[in-house]
Amino acid sequence: MSLDLLNLANVIISGVLTGLVYGLMALGLSVIFGVARVVNFAHGEMMTIAMYLTVALFAGLNLDPFLAVLPVAAVFLVFGYALQATVINPFVTRPDHSQFMLLLAIAVIMTNSLLIVFGPDARSIRLDYLLESIELGPLLIDRGKLYAALVAFGTSMTLFGFFRFTLTGTAIRACADNWLGAKVVGLDVKRFYALAFGLGAACVAVAGCMMSLLVDVTPALGPAYTLLAFVIVIVGGLGSMSGALIGGVLIGVSEALAGLFITPSAKSMFSFALLILVLLIRPRGLIGNKL
Amino acid sequence: MNRRVIFVFAALGGVLLCLPSIANNYVLSVATLFLFFAYTGQAWNIMTGFAGQLSLGHSLYLGIGGYASAALYFHFGIGPWAGLWLSIVLCGLVGSVVGALAFRYGISGVYFTLLTIAFAEFTRIGFDHWDWLGGSGGLFLKVTRRDQIDLLNLRGTPAMFYYVILALAATALALSAWLLRSRAGYYWQAIRENEEAAQALGINTFRWKMLAVVTSAAMTSLAGVFSAFYYNNLFPEQIFSINRSIETILGPIIGGIGTLIGPILGAALLTLLADGVTELVAALGWEVAGVKQLIYGVILFAVVTLLPHGVWPVLARKLKVSR
Amino acid sequence: MSVLLDVQGVSKSFRGLRAVGNVSFEVEEGAIVALIGPNGAGKTTIFNMVAGALRPDDGEILFAGKPIGGLRPDQVCALGIGRTFQIVKPFAGLSVLDNVIVGALRCCARVDEARAFASTIVDKLGLGSKRAFPVSSLTLPDRKKLEVARALATRPKLLLLDEVMAGLRSLECDQLIAFLQEINQRDGVTILLIEHVMRAVMALAHKVIVLHHGEMIAQGSPAQVILDPAVLECYLGEETLL
Repeated sequence: MSLDLLNLANVIISGVLTGLVYGLMALGLSVIFGVARVVNFAHGEMMTIAMYLTVALFAGLNLDPFLAVLPVAAVFLVFGYALQATVINPFVTRPDHSQFMLLLAIAVIMTNSLLIVFGPDARSIRLDYLLESIELGPLLIDRGKLYAALVAFGTSMTLFGFFRFTLTGTAIRACADNWLGAKVVGLDVKRFYALAFGLGAACVAVAGCMMSLLVDVTPALGPAYTLLAFVIVIVGGLGSMSGALIGGVLIGVSEALAGLFITPSAKSMFSFALLILVLLIRPRGLIGNKL
Repeated sequence: MNRRVIFVFAALGGVLLCLPSIANNYVLSVATLFLFFAYTGQAWNIMTGFAGQLSLGHSLYLGIGGYASAALYFHFGIGPWAGLWLSIVLCGLVGSVVGALAFRYGISGVYFTLLTIAFAEFTRIGFDHWDWLGGSGGLFLKVTRRDQIDLLNLRGTPAMFYYVILALAATALALSAWLLRSRAGYYWQAIRENEEAAQALGINTFRWKMLAVVTSAAMTSLAGVFSAFYYNNLFPEQIFSINRSIETILGPIIGGIGTLIGPILGAALLTLLADGVTELVAALGWEVAGVKQLIYGVILFAVVTLLPHGVWPVLARKLKVSR
Repeated sequence: MSVLLDVQGVSKSFRGLRAVGNVSFEVEEGAIVALIGPNGAGKTTIFNMVAGALRPDDGEILFAGKPIGGLRPDQVCALGIGRTFQIVKPFAGLSVLDNVIVGALRCCARVDEARAFASTIVDKLGLGSKRAFPVSSLTLPDRKKLEVARALATRPKLLLLDEVMAGLRSLECDQLIAFLQEINQRDGVTILLIEHVMRAVMALAHKVIVLHHGEMIAQGSPAQVILDPAVLECYLGEETLL
């Protein structure tokens, strides 16, 4: 009996930790989708590229992923900004399906570029100092997951702070709320949209860095993560950053529990069922604003 | 429609009808694939192009349609001509559930699209664990000799399959043309362009959107049946996958969404392209996994950026033809 | 004259802000009634409640004796009320004629009947030469005429017109006034219009209802209303009504 409870506790903790990384990834989408209004079907693919970048830096330069976070995030900030400013921006006025198709095309290009460059075999990162689990009383916590979760949480808090307390962050929120009004007061909405996209991309980059410590990296991971990100953002509430984190933790825990009670391969079924339910019953999500 | 266009169409039709007698099996298989995409593209176009409800989860109907008939054949020996009715009914029901849920709760735009994806993915994983239908290992139909034609059980030569899919595609074209010029066509386009204004003109938008979804789903189910019996196997990972949904929509997007000829032109361009790319890749020795898909991605990107309404509207203007 | 539209004590609030407060008025069959008032007075909100786009918080709306409050817009249209929108909503991918055919299909069972009927309406509104044009090529006045044509094609007993004169030059305004008078007198279409262009109000309306801050402050014939002190007070500071 107590062994089962212990097992359950460990699984839940593991779910929370992984969920925080999911949450950061979803936070990126919340910024991109909620602020820059881009339906980013390439979100998971961006994450996968970040994962591969981390793996490559580790394999080639022996760069510890926790240190690689900064350069990778910087690259993605620039890349995201450039992508939105050049390619995606003209599509804001085009019909919905055009935007989807554009990002779908970008996703396909990303996934297959990875496939060509790195091949289909799985890569992973082994850090010796992460091998030992942390014992907290009777509980066993995976060190890698803990550190990754801490980095994810820290990054999220930094982003919150940025949006709450800096002038640029407030400006971006203004553009998201009311772009016409923002224009009227002289804000360069286009540039802020691009910046928002870049920031979202940077979030995904950090999430990817951390995720590469937790799972094996293959080029086909993209679509699953894209869908997961959308599930979390919608469940947690569109436009709500805290919702993205909380949603991430929720999904992380429910996936872990589903993996424990049902077969592990069916765990994403639960996420999709949750998405369907939320879309129908409370489309604004747990915390978000009205659709 | 001017004389020149009618002549071109007649000529094309003639070629298509005679193809099995003049072409080899490889060309025939490419043509079969082209007609398959033309058919599924037309079916999808009704819901998305005509009625404006963007579905990225059409693989749901391919899978359910395919599995329904295949299961009847595999477990009970019931032939596909009877089995397809179950496929149609099931897909119609599933489509109406998806539509009812979405439209009743006022879900539209990107959220509707996500809903369609979620339903397809959910079903994919579900079927992966459904052992009575083979689970993730797949469902395999008995392969009999490919030189005997058994139309009743859809077992036979490539030519037989070709004519079946040709008939389907031609029917889909005729149906789409008829629908477009009918009340349904007008009402769907009105809903697509401005749902509020459509309601103010007396259109019960819920009912008509449902009709589009159910029609599209039922039509797509037949493609699933064809696929099951043509390839003789079904894997949830493949038939319910989002890649299959994407393949379905590539034709209409490239050819021209919402038009009659668009899906067909798009399917033709796509299969020719696929073939050309395969040859090119082989010739250049770039036989690495992913090169073909990458080229598709680039082409899709180019079409979406440069020809946002697809190839057909541009072509039609050049040829001075009406839609 | 029997009463076609009977609005009784209707109210509507949006998140605490009262847009319409206890408004009552009647529109007789065959009449042309104008709803005027400063911006934000609640005129379009009343239209939306009559047309089914909004549900009234309080009160009743009767059309030919039947309560219609809370019905869907398409149900309201089926009962015989047609409407235009203040910000025009044309069907962008369709031609002018096709737009009107959509409306005509409400009463015509077959598409070719609808096309013929739509054609006559398009001609009558002066858009005949542009029938095959895409809507995107139309000027704003023509788009407004298209709105009217489309609504008319549904063969309404009551036509709700929301600021159709806005942006029209005086000649076009006069033409539209003449057209509306014709369909009112010859075809018996009852018209309720929201209007800021006073020339149209004076020329068309049998009765004028004045709204201000969501409440009705005056109603009567045009001549009576422009002399009403309450009306003059709410328009004080603006140009004279005529």
